[in-house]
Amino acid sequence: MKSLIAFWNILKKDIRNYYLKPPNISWGIIFPLSWTLMQLIRSQGNIEISALLPGLMSMSVLFGTTSMLAVTITFERKGRSFDRLLLAPINISTLVFAKILGAVLFGIINGFIPVVFAAFFINLSGINWGLLFVAVFLMAVTSALLGLLIAISAKEVFEAQTFSNFFRFPMLFLCGLFIPVDKLPALIKPISFLLPLTYGADILNSTITGNSLFNATFNTFVMLIFSLLLFHLCHRNIKKKWIL
Amino acid sequence: MGIISVTNLKKVYGDVKAVDDISFDVRSGEVFGFLGPNGAGKTSTINMMTGLSRPTGGQIYIDGIDAVKDVKKVQRIIGVIPDENNLYDEMNGFENLCFCASLYGMRKEEREKRAAELLEQFNLTKAANRPFKTYSKGMKRKLTIAAGIIHNPKILFLDEPTTGIDVESAIQIRELILDLKKQGKTIFVTTHYIEEAERICDRIAFIVNGRIVRTGLITELMSDSGKEYKIQLKLDRITKEIGEELENTIKNCSAEIIDDNLCLITSKERLELYPVIELLKNKGISVYEAKEIKSTLEEVFVKITDIKASKLNDKGGVAG
Ligand SMILES: Nc1ncnc2c1ncn2[C@@H]1O[C@H](COP(=O)(O)OP(=O)(O)OP(=O)(O)O)[C@@H](O)[C@H]1O
Ligand SMILES: [Mg+2]
Repeated sequence: MKSLIAFWNILKKDIRNYYLKPPNISWGIIFPLSWTLMQLIRSQGNIEISALLPGLMSMSVLFGTTSMLAVTITFERKGRSFDRLLLAPINISTLVFAKILGAVLFGIINGFIPVVFAAFFINLSGINWGLLFVAVFLMAVTSALLGLLIAISAKEVFEAQTFSNFFRFPMLFLCGLFIPVDKLPALIKPISFLLPLTYGADILNSTITGNSLFNATFNTFVMLIFSLLLFHLCHRNIKKKWIL
Repeated sequence: MGIISVTNLKKVYGDVKAVDDISFDVRSGEVFGFLGPNGAGKTSTINMMTGLSRPTGGQIYIDGIDAVKDVKKVQRIIGVIPDENNLYDEMNGFENLCFCASLYGMRKEEREKRAAELLEQFNLTKAANRPFKTYSKGMKRKLTIAAGIIHNPKILFLDEPTTGIDVESAIQIRELILDLKKQGKTIFVTTHYIEEAERICDRIAFIVNGRIVRTGLITELMSDSGKEYKIQLKLDRITKEIGEELENTIKNCSAEIIDDNLCLITSKERLELYPVIELLKNKGISVYEAKEIKSTLEEVFVKITDIKASKLNDKGGVAG
């Protein structure tokens, strides 16, 4: 019960202090909107929105989670307020869950904003919503954990920012959303299979456009393995690097 | 065993021995001070006791709990006030306190009641709705202390509670600490202000270069600095010869002539004044004043550690 109170209040504080701040909210709208606009201009009006949608969703999830978490945690570490959390009688797993949940929720909401926009233009009735949600959720979880992992290694806020870009841009371009994985050069292909986003994007593709590499169960399973692995890494590194 | 019991504690960072094999006990209900210069290892020791860092070696028991293995259990009964004010800048005073309370699992009504109480007690009620970042240094310090005691901990760790704030706020904070002691809390405090240690601590440990060079009651430390008594006499005149005569007449004493009117008599035993005054009177010398000279904690510190006291206070701020 006591842990639950702490958990809930950490989450509430993060949502209020970070995720509900206007500049952060606007990310979720401005970014997908400008990307769509860019595609529209490039293709002179002949784009297929459903083909764009999986990429847009993944981008929105990724932008809402990884760097948000990496930056806010590094910021709290720098200002030493994070010590309060380490000094409180909350175990590290609870702390990790509380910290990532805010980012995960934010990522999920961001991920669905493009869907809302798309609904005005195309017929979305063929989509398996349950599966779509599972994919977005797992993408948000793995990206948030990645953000936490970055935060554990970064000492300065700009470092956190740079590290997250270092991971998320290659991830976006290698996950098969913009260039299908089977069209990637043979040397790079294995890398894309090491990225959790590849499997999430594959689910999105399968439900929205019907093209996919693997079946959904396999994809979900791989994403779960990634989540557990990242969680374990975060847990271990926090103990090693934060409790000096 | 004390409520805090530390044995052979060590902390090594690379090739720096921050804490070098220290042992001490803190008794229940006392204010125990760690007095030492910058870089002595005070913060490193607190961090190990409170779970922010892991010892390289040694044991820590707090209220009977192994603080190295079971730190989360220890954290329930301790409050920590770090050397830097580490609350959330964007949140106001009230929200900050409520949030800190929630980390200890306190329920909403309880948190809010306690936060309001503490704001009142610390004279911060007027600033309760202002963001923390708009607070003055002294106010920030007070709110940080309030946040550290919000869950009513049994044992309190304060790392340099008055460094960098003005004299008046420092006095208030010291009173607060003594108040907390009256409520029965055990308090571990670090400082590099000798006067502060003297004023608020029951016992202190001198720590230098990661080692404890001396531990004791303040009164003990001050009285056994060489175990001698000193009396300073103010006279209308004094000469070397008369000084020698004093030394010959009175057992185990030495007389130092400071100037024509001042003489310092040092003896191993408590000095009886009458024979001294009588001897001087017989020489036709008037005695205007006889004063016992006590050594200050500062002199004791300098004597024990060989560190100039001025070196202790070279960090910013006012000693008060
Ligand atoms: N994280 C760290 N990495 C490397 N060295 C460290 C670390 N923390 C402390 N030290 C070193 O350990 C020694 C003791 O530092 P500590 O902060 O415990 O001293 P202190 O007594 O609290 O000093 P101050 O009065 O300045 O706060 C110093 O030499 C310091 O440089
Ligand atoms: Mg210190």
